[in-house]
Formats: sequence, C-alpha cells, structure tokens
Amino acid sequence: MSTVETDVASDAQRKALPRHKEAFNSVAEVFLHDRRAVVGGILLLVMIFAAVVGPQLIPYDPHQPDLQDRFAAPSWSHWMGTDRNGRDLLARVVAGASISFRVALGASLLALVIGAPLGAVTSYVGGIVDDVTQRFMDAIIAFPARLMAIVLIVLLGPSVVSLWFAIAFSSIPRYARIIRGSVLGQKEREYVEAAHAIGEGRLAILFLYILPNVLPPMAVQVTLDFASAVTVEASLSFLGLGLGPPTISWGGLLNDAQQWLETAPWLAIFPGAALALTVLSFVLMGDAIRDHLDPRTRRRGERRLAR
Amino acid sequence: MIRYILLRAVQIIPTVLLVTMMVFVLVMVIPGDPVLSMLGYYADDTTAVPQEIYDRMFRELRLDRPLPIQYLYWLGDALQGDFGKSVVFRVPVIDVVLSRVPATIYLGTFAVAIAIAIAVPFGVWAAMRNNTWVDHLASGFVLFGISVPGFWFGMIVILVFSIYLGWLPAIGYVAPQDDFLEFMKHLILPAGVLGLDVAATVLRFQRTDFLEQLHQDYVRMARAKGLPRRIVIWKHVLKNSLMATVTVVGLNTARLLGGSTIIETLFSYPGLSRLLIEAIYARDFPIIQAVVLLMVVLVVVVNFCVDLVYAYLNPRIRYITA
Repeated sequence: MSTVETDVASDAQRKALPRHKEAFNSVAEVFLHDRRAVVGGILLLVMIFAAVVGPQLIPYDPHQPDLQDRFAAPSWSHWMGTDRNGRDLLARVVAGASISFRVALGASLLALVIGAPLGAVTSYVGGIVDDVTQRFMDAIIAFPARLMAIVLIVLLGPSVVSLWFAIAFSSIPRYARIIRGSVLGQKEREYVEAAHAIGEGRLAILFLYILPNVLPPMAVQVTLDFASAVTVEASLSFLGLGLGPPTISWGGLLNDAQQWLETAPWLAIFPGAALALTVLSFVLMGDAIRDHLDPRTRRRGERRLAR
Repeated sequence: MIRYILLRAVQIIPTVLLVTMMVFVLVMVIPGDPVLSMLGYYADDTTAVPQEIYDRMFRELRLDRPLPIQYLYWLGDALQGDFGKSVVFRVPVIDVVLSRVPATIYLGTFAVAIAIAIAVPFGVWAAMRNNTWVDHLASGFVLFGISVPGFWFGMIVILVFSIYLGWLPAIGYVAPQDDFLEFMKHLILPAGVLGLDVAATVLRFQRTDFLEQLHQDYVRMARAKGLPRRIVIWKHVLKNSLMATVTVVGLNTARLLGGSTIIETLFSYPGLSRLLIEAIYARDFPIIQAVVLLMVVLVVVVNFCVDLVYAYLNPRIRYITA
C-alpha cells in the first residue's frame, strides 16, 4: 500500500471519487422494478404481521387442549383444524412463526457479524494468517451445513442461543469469502489508488470505499441465509433436536403430524406450507437482488461495447 | 495433467487433516466426562460405571496422554478402519457403519440420476426457449425445488402415493439382491424427493450456463461458417455447458448428504444418515464420530474428483493453476 497517508483528504476531494452510493440505491431499486422482489416482500410482510398480530386476533390459546374437539378438520371455527389434543392449529402455526423468525434472524446475523470482520481482517493482513484461516474455512465448508448443525446442537444442547450458533457456524465461511473476494478485488481498483493519492488512510479506504461495495452481495447472502436458516431450524426440530415442547416450532409440528398423516393430513399440510412460503419469500427477494447485481449480466453489455 | 492431480492432492491434505481434527475434538468437547460419554451414559452420571471398567476405558481411550498424542493415535486407528466399539450394538463401529453404506449409495446415486434426467434436458430446453412459457415453467420449478423443504414435500408425497393412491410403500428398505422389484418400490419416493431438491439447483445452473454459451463468440463463428444451428447446439454448446453440470452435481454432494439425514429419517430408510440420527438419540458417540468423518471425507474426495474432471474437460484450468 502507498505511503502517502499524512494529509487528510478534503470533503471536496472525497466527493469527486465514486463512493458507490448507487450500491444502496440499486437494492432499493430492485423493490420498485422487480416483480419477484415485490411479491417476496409482501409475502414476508404478511408472515411478520401474522406472527406479531396473529396471537391477539385468534381466539384460541396455542397450548390449551380441548378434548371435545380432537382432530377436527379445517372449518370456519378452526381454519386449519385441530391436533390430537384439540388445540387450534392456526394458533400453533402462528406461534411457530415467531420462534422460527427469532432463530433464523439471530443465526444469519451471527454469521454476518463473525464472518464479515474475519474475512475483512484476514484478507487485509494477508500472509500466513490469511492462509491458515482459509484452510479452516475449507474444512468448515466440507461439512454439509445440516450435518454441522445437527452435530453442534447435540454438543451444545437445545436453546435459542445454541441454535443460533449451530446454524450460523457453517455460513461463516461464506461471508468471509464474499468480503475477502471484494477486498482483494477492490484493492487494485483505480478509485482506491485515487483515494490513496488524495491522502486517505488505510482504515478510511477499507470502510469508506471498499466496504460499501460489499454491501449488496452481503444483502443477497443474508437474505438467502435467512431462508436456509429457517429450513435448518425446522429440520432440527423435525428430528427432535431443536427446542422441544412446550415451545412450538414448525419442525416440531411436522414431527407430530407424521404419526397422524392418515387421520389428520392438515396437521402436516399447514405448518409445512407456512414454512415453504417463508422460505419462498426470502428466495424471491434474494434472487431479484442477485440478478440485479450479477456482474455477468452487466459485463455482457461492456463486452459488446468493447468489440 | 499428472502434475495438476498431484498439486490438487497436496492442497486437500491440510483440509482433510483439519476435518479429522474437528471430528476428534467433537467428542472431546462434549460437556462432561468423555469416558462416560463414550460408554453412552450422561456425563454427570458418575455412579453409572464401576471404577475398574472406568479405569480400563480411561486407558483404552489414552486419556492419560496429552491431547495431540491422543489425536495421533486416534487418527492412526481411524486410518486402519478402527473406530472403537459401538455402545449400542456392542460390535466394531466400522462393521455397523459399512453395513449401512450400500443403502445410502443406492439412494444418493438414484437421486442424482433423477436430478440429471430432469434438470439437463429441461435446462437446455428452457435456455433455448428463453422467456417463453417453457422458461417460466423451469423458473417455477426451480423456485419450488429451492423453497419447499424436502421433509415436508416427502410427507405430501407419502400422503398422495402411499396413503391415498396406495401405489408405493411409505417406509422401509429391501436389499436389491433379495427382491429387486421391492427394492425399486422402496427407493422411488425417497430418491425422488431428494433428487428433486438437487434437480432445482442443477437446472438453474444448466439454464444460465447454456444461455451464456449461446452468446459466445465460438457459436457465432460456427454459425457464420455455415454450420447448422442443430449441430452447433448439440455438438458444441451442450458439450461445453455439461462442464458446469459436472461441477454443480459434484458440489451438491454435501447438500445431498445433508438432505438425506432428514429424508432417510422420514422414510425410515436404513442408510448412513439414519444411523447417525439413531446414534444421536442413543448417545452412541463412536458411531457419530465415524459417520460424520466418513461423510465429510466423502464430500472432500468428491470435490477433488470434480476438480479433476473439470480440469480434464477444460485444459485452461490446468495451465492456470500449474
């Protein structure tokens, strides 16, 4: 890196360099122009609304058994039917949403908070630190994500915090890689050189110029990670390794439903549909943002110009 | 090519070693006493085992030695296929594990075959009819495959094909040498559910890659020199884009193994993943260690093979890396 770090850049000089504000705007733009992002966003809002307001609107307690009304099929009084203890399934699915969101949000943020600084610092420092970290990342990536989560949850015992960690662990390398690729790629760019020339310090360059460029791919990663975290949490509960009763989770509901597939198929259909729609909403948004940012679609235009 | 193989082989050694270390540490970090854990007891249950058995186990596990030495012994034993004795089955771990391998291999192979059979033709078709109903159908299929969790889709499939229609058995497994027809009947549903999951990922890449190939210079060149479109597509474009397919299928091994933990449990299919879950319920740590190690090493080896196939198909990779 250059040695000119004594004078501090003036505001005017800073403004002359691209700060990639468009990176933020472009994410916002996706929600105006891409139908998938709009549909995904609305779907997500509906799910969040149901999770937050639902418990007040539904006249049943998700834990309250009603033995007069066991295995009731979906009807006007029980929209999703009732389970083996006569508990209202809609109330239980809505209750499951909040635990699902809490675990997935925590897990994807935890992976971001650990992975991103790790990638930034190691790629910045370089040398042996970088090499050793990379080998560790390779080893973690070799573990199938779900297998890793299962093993970790067995070791840590089920709790919300250990679920965060168990699910986040295998996504850490993905964040580290995205950041690393960006830092290494951007380091050589002309605008970074220009920032050096006007006297910006190394940290200022990392935070003001390089990191903003990484935010959009990070947004994609967090979105898709959230989707997979929801699925992994459900898988763990389905296997009986997640938060057990009395906590209500979608995976746990599906596990219960397995025994009653023939008598009460609705017990399997509705919690699974809620799960699938949640994942779908994030996949739709993530895909839309990714397509918008995909350098391949952009570069195709550049290549044509060059010819 | 030989140089490239050696280079890549040397590169994966640290990864494999780290993986073995992580799996070894796994049992060491179980909260509480490793001897009790290895014997299948809860770690705080100190009165469960007589002192002399405890002492013998303590020496057998070499817990009196420093941790790095323990690891080296363990690695040496593991390389010879010795993972100790299963707590539940009271026989060598390796025998239990190997007895479950064929079922998982059948399931995985069949799932990949289904995935390729759906994804490749569909992906090519969607790319050639870009932005038509075929393409939209393919996108819908991809979204469905990615968003719908396998275990839920599996339940729906059981509901439809086993319970309502009664066409196929919902659970279980029959060895192919015993009754091939029954074997196939038991395999179709789990392999189909698992395969559909992989198919979505493969289809997405196949479509994008084929579309990109269609816009390459060599395609325009081939068309310009008068080659019919049919030949350009089937002889040149498809061949090139299948490279991407090889990679994606290979990289999905991890996903396949992860997915199989749930699918094998749902369909009570006696493969490796089901063994893992059973071992977890029974706290059979030697088995857990062996299965996890086997799966992860399998992923690393498959990725290594994918690299080689890719380098073989695309000579440029060899020159860049070597």
